[in-house]
Amino acid sequence: MSFVFTDENLLKIETLKKRYPDTKALCLPCLWMAQYQDGFISIDAIDAISNIISIPPMEIYRVVTFYTMFHLEPQTKLNVQVCKTLSCKLCGSDEILKYLETQDVNIQKVECLGSCDTAPVMQINDQYYENLTIEEVDKILKELT
Amino acid sequence: MKNCQIVSRRFHLENSHTLEVVKAHGAYTTLKKLNDYSPLEIINIIKESKLRGKGGGGAPAGDKWALMPQDSNKPSFLAVNCDESEPGTFKDRQIISKDPHLLIEGILLTCYAIRAKHAYIYIRGEYKQFQDILQSAIDEAYQDGLLDDCDITIHRGAGAYICGEKSALLESMEGKCGHPRLKPKQKEPEWFFGNPTLVNNVETIATVPFIIEYGAEAYKAFGTEQSPGTFLFAMSGHVNRPGVYEAEYGTPMMEYIDHYGGGIKNGKKLKAIIPGGASTAILTAEEAYTATLDYETMQSLGSSLGTGGMIVMDEDTCMVDTLKNLLEFYHEESCGQCTPCREGTGWTDKLVGKIINKNATKEDIDKLLEIADTMNGKTICVFAPAVATVITSFVHKFRDEFEVAL
Repeated sequence: MSFVFTDENLLKIETLKKRYPDTKALCLPCLWMAQYQDGFISIDAIDAISNIISIPPMEIYRVVTFYTMFHLEPQTKLNVQVCKTLSCKLCGSDEILKYLETQDVNIQKVECLGSCDTAPVMQINDQYYENLTIEEVDKILKELT
Repeated sequence: MKNCQIVSRRFHLENSHTLEVVKAHGAYTTLKKLNDYSPLEIINIIKESKLRGKGGGGAPAGDKWALMPQDSNKPSFLAVNCDESEPGTFKDRQIISKDPHLLIEGILLTCYAIRAKHAYIYIRGEYKQFQDILQSAIDEAYQDGLLDDCDITIHRGAGAYICGEKSALLESMEGKCGHPRLKPKQKEPEWFFGNPTLVNNVETIATVPFIIEYGAEAYKAFGTEQSPGTFLFAMSGHVNRPGVYEAEYGTPMMEYIDHYGGGIKNGKKLKAIIPGGASTAILTAEEAYTATLDYETMQSLGSSLGTGGMIVMDEDTCMVDTLKNLLEFYHEESCGQCTPCREGTGWTDKLVGKIINKNATKEDIDKLLEIADTMNGKTICVFAPAVATVITSFVHKFRDEFEVAL
């Protein structure tokens, strides 16, 4: 199964090319588009991106594995990113994590989300959920699953 | 406390992220001043203001600007650092979501000074919802004709702390892993695909409009002699009202925490404060009582002002657990390029884990310090030295807790 960017994304890529001194800069933007398109980044998508931006597929693969937000596998369960760094820990992220472990979700413990004043915090898809309590988490999960 | 809202002056307005609202409150008026000044004159004003970079390093911004060529045959670029990933730091997020037009105005002034026609804003991948607010502000600015002579493009990261390091940021923008570059011997600009590029933090750029509007002296009226101006300090952890509150440099630390933060949560006693994001040496309560929030005082305490993001810990906080938490962060986020950092972060993390699991000895505590020594000053970027500082400050200041935990 090969990967083809949607026409909308191809148009975006053409526009972006004009905004950088070198098309190699389109590496992260293209990876984001591929991930939004399929939900993950397939090897075929990496090949397709390689053809557009002239970076060898292996180099792109290396980039994908360097950044924590890219997935090489489809996400079968709701991916919950829970901040486990200091400010959230001081404000009770351990309890949130313990509760999530009893739920049917994929828990990704992540480092500081930059939302320390509203700790504890988690992120699902692109959305932040702040000042969490167990009741709050429960409500959010019910809405999303 | 002195009211000093320079960057946060429009944060309280309803819909402060929209062009209509901020234009009614003075946004973009400084652009007219560009007719009166040459690019070099703008740089001189910034130099005179002694504006210091607000991303953590605190280097004089004007000196950095002056490194940019004024007559290059290559295009110059501005890269605004909005990677904000330092634990305890969440100030730039306030600017891009509450007053994105202030940043855009600052970008236009800065680009004029360094003769750049294109600015990139590198934003951490997790900040998508704030990125969307910033993008709609940029779209508004385009529609209003404000960006006719200078383009702004948001470049989204994808989860890597190290990309906040300026050369790693540019590597990332070039489509590579965020590996910091070797520092050149001489002072020079940064390079984006071989083109001269200035990298500045969001808040640094957002401070520029005030300085251009009111002059260098007005900015220097705030703060101390060597740390003039204001900073979006922030606090989190065990305080009653965590958040970002702008204050002038030199403000006594505890006065700040009591006044804005409402003191320590649940009436507890203070134990320690990490003053400027996780990568700065921890301060004991006694040190915090004497500390003022400026670069020089923090340095004299063996720490640093960093990003101004204070993490406050009460008397019940276990320092061994806290260090473990931070080392897990560093172990995860080390980019892996240099051996002392890649191995040292993992090794020290394991050792502290051993202490917590009660199968460590006193020698292991000393080994922590030894490993910290091998990490300090022997790597490409300042990540490992920062970790070393964190480890040594914890062990030296709270050694009894580590020994009791054995």
